[in-house]
Formats: sequence, C-alpha cells, structure tokens
Amino acid sequence: MSELSVNHLLGIKYINKQDIDLIFETADHFKEVINRPIKKVPSLRDITIANIFFENSTRTKLSFELAQKRLSADVISFSAAQSSVKKGETLIDTVNNILSMKVDMVVMRHANPGAAYFLSKNVKASIVNAGDGAHEHPTQALLDSYSIREKLGEVAGKKIVIVGDVLHSRVALSNIYALQMQGAEVKVCGPKTLIPRYIESLGVTVEPNLRKALEWCDVANMLRVQNERMDVNFFPSTREYSQQYGVDKTLLDSLDKEIVIMHPGPINRGVEITSDVADSQQSVILNQVENGVAIRMAVIYLLASKIQ
Amino acid sequence: MTQKVLLTSKEVNIILHRLACQLIEKHLDFSDTILIGIQPRGSYLADRLKDLLEKEYKVPNIALGYLDITFFRDDFRRTNKPLEANRTQINFLVENKKVIFIDDVLYTGRSIRAALTAIQSFGRPSGIELLTLIDRRFSRDLPIQPDYRGRQVDAINDEKVKVSWMEQDGEDGVFLINSNK
Repeated sequence: MSELSVNHLLGIKYINKQDIDLIFETADHFKEVINRPIKKVPSLRDITIANIFFENSTRTKLSFELAQKRLSADVISFSAAQSSVKKGETLIDTVNNILSMKVDMVVMRHANPGAAYFLSKNVKASIVNAGDGAHEHPTQALLDSYSIREKLGEVAGKKIVIVGDVLHSRVALSNIYALQMQGAEVKVCGPKTLIPRYIESLGVTVEPNLRKALEWCDVANMLRVQNERMDVNFFPSTREYSQQYGVDKTLLDSLDKEIVIMHPGPINRGVEITSDVADSQQSVILNQVENGVAIRMAVIYLLASKIQ
Repeated sequence: MTQKVLLTSKEVNIILHRLACQLIEKHLDFSDTILIGIQPRGSYLADRLKDLLEKEYKVPNIALGYLDITFFRDDFRRTNKPLEANRTQINFLVENKKVIFIDDVLYTGRSIRAALTAIQSFGRPSGIELLTLIDRRFSRDLPIQPDYRGRQVDAINDEKVKVSWMEQDGEDGVFLINSNK
C-alpha cells in the first residue's frame, strides 16, 4: 500500500486517481471492521482530532465522530453557535487556540468556499474539509463513488446524472471531479436557474429534461433543494419543482431499465424524491450513510499516518 | 546477499505432519477449536495444516479464519514504511472456542501481541495457543512463546528468515537471508 499524495483532504481537485483507489481499498478493510461484533481498532489512540462545524450538520458530523471513535482517536467537537466566534474571534485564532491544546487534525465545515484551503496554509495541522460553502465536500463525493462501485462493480464507464440544485451544491462539484477522475460520464439536470453558467467547462453536459436524463443514466444522484441558501426565488413553487424535477415511483417504473437512486441527505421527502422512491430497492441512500463511516475512517487513517 | 537453506521442502513436509499430529493429540476432533492464520504469511501455513488435517488425518469440518492485525499494531506512525492492510475473514464468533494462532515466523512477538488484541473483536475465546513454523530464539521483545513450533532457529538481527510456500513462491522451504554479505 502506498501513501496519499497529500497531507490534507481539501477537495477532490487536489487529489488523484491513485489516492481515490487507496482510500477505497482502505475503506474496504474498515467496512469489514465496522461489521464486527466489536467495531473498534486502536490505530489512532495517540491522535487528537477537533471537529469544527461553523455550519449545521447532522449526518456528516456524526459520521466523522463515529469514524474517529472507531479508530480510537480522541475527539473534541465544537459548534460555532456556542463558541467565541460569536464574540468576534477570527478563524485562525480560533483554530490556533484549539491546536495549542495539542490537536493533530482538524475536520472543518465552513460557509465560505476556500476556508479549508486557507486554514491549511495558515495552521500546523492536518485539515479535512467537511464542506466549504458551495465549493467542495470531498468525503461525500468519495462515499458516493464508493457506493456506486459497491452497487455496480466499478465507476469507470458508468453514466451518472446529478439532479437538482447544482448551483448551491458542494456535493455536485466534488462528485463531478471524483466521477470524471474515475472515468465516469456525468450530466447535470435541473431548472436553468439552479445550474451554474459555464458548468460545461467542467466537461459535463446539461440535460434540462428529467425523463431524458433518467433514461440515459445508470445512477441518479438527487440533490437537496437548499432553501436556506436561496435569497431569491429560483423556481416558482416547490410544487412546480417537484413536478418537473422530482422523481416518483411511477416515473422510475416507466423507465426501461433499473437505475440506482442516490441522495446525499437530508431528504426533502416529496420534493426531490417521493418516500416510496427513497425507501425502494433501487435506492442506496442508507448504504451511502454506512459507507460514509468507512470512507471517513480510511481518510482519517491515511492522513494520520502522515502526521510527523 | 547470501542465502542459506534452513529447511528443505521435504523437511517442511515432515514438520507439517508432526505439527498436525500434535494438534490432533491436543484437540482431537476440533469441534471447539478454530484455526486462525495471521495475515499475510501465516495464512499459507494455516491453509496447509487444515488441508493436511482434513485429507491425511480425516478430521472433517475444521473452522479456519484469517486475521489481519494492521490496525492493531503498535508501530503506526513509527515506521517510515506505510502499514499495508490485508483481508480479515472470520465468519464466526470465537466466544468460548479454543483458538490457535498460526504464523510462519515468531520473531519479536509484537505481531502476536497485536493479534491477541485483534481477536477480541470477535468474542472471548476460552483459550488461545500459538503455532509457528519457525521460532527465532533470543529475539523476543515481549514474553510470548509458541505452544507448537516447527523448528527453532538462531539468527542475528541483520538476518531475515524467509518461509517460501509452493502456492505463493513456487517452492516450499525456509531460508536464512543475510543482505550484508
């Protein structure tokens, strides 16, 4: 086994195909570990990790914490809402104060794109980006690809459509990078107002019609409509959005092949996908959550092995 | 680099038969006993012994698993070489079973220390024994000794004991390798 080419995981853009393969291989081992009667290994018992979340998160934060605990790391978690950030402390000061308590790794979510990159240039710790604004969410993209690999055997050559609010989505950007790096073909589908202009420059095509997109693809990754990031109306009504871009069982059954349905969560049931689709055999949404722990264990383990 | 033959293929074969007989003497029908090959190199020896026990000595249905100890090692971040993980395959609980760890070479004892911790993830065995093909004397860092040994070998720290297996390396044999000469 080789090493990662990077000391931080700031985004998929900064890593290469070998890194992804190594992370997946390591995650295979950890997936076996988390299905044991006792789901813990002692590898990281001398590593301390701070989870700093300046934005709300349930799944990602729990998943990271669980991954760290399964590796026996010491974990401190911190939400900006209850912190001195409210008193006006800068990001570097906040993090350096935490690092003075002998912390080796920082997992950070922040509303500003580039926050993780900025931190990696200014503090001495291994940084894992757990989402920075609408920029990247690398561990989500890794677990999405890992789930596709698990379900379909491989990612190379597969056709994936990312549906919905691409404009506000860090999951979309990281997924596009990760999928293309592994040789998959990517389309995006959604209302024009939620598709970034110039997205074709990333090598993806835009398909405005949902039915056509679904007929083309092997996997549909349904993004959440991020109402909290919308300061103006991007579509007339939720009802109209779900009629145009929501997947229901009737639509799914009318396709001539069985496609895989993914969703990074949290689901707006009845908006992007209906409940019967979310809970169907074709959906791998809960597998994604399980794989998330294995992927994050692999990322943390591999980065920790590079800490001097 | 010099290479000295410690055991020929014929000698390895005789030793495997002896070890199999010693196991039968102690564990009879193996109904409560589980063989665990320590990954990566112990798995070949474990496969051989299971095969021998089943085919030559007619002991049916021997439970065999492979245990990878990578994540339980005590040298994580202490060596320059990245630790390489292998597959763990234990499809049963070891609760109240007699476990026999099987490895090719016993050197510092640290791998076995890691294995003793790793196996706890699969339950609480009623007892654990250790079988190794080669026992390197005077080299232990920990108070760990084998219950069944193929051959005791004296080797200095610069020397490496390599066990070859037909299925992996094309021949059976044990060699003493000195890379300084």
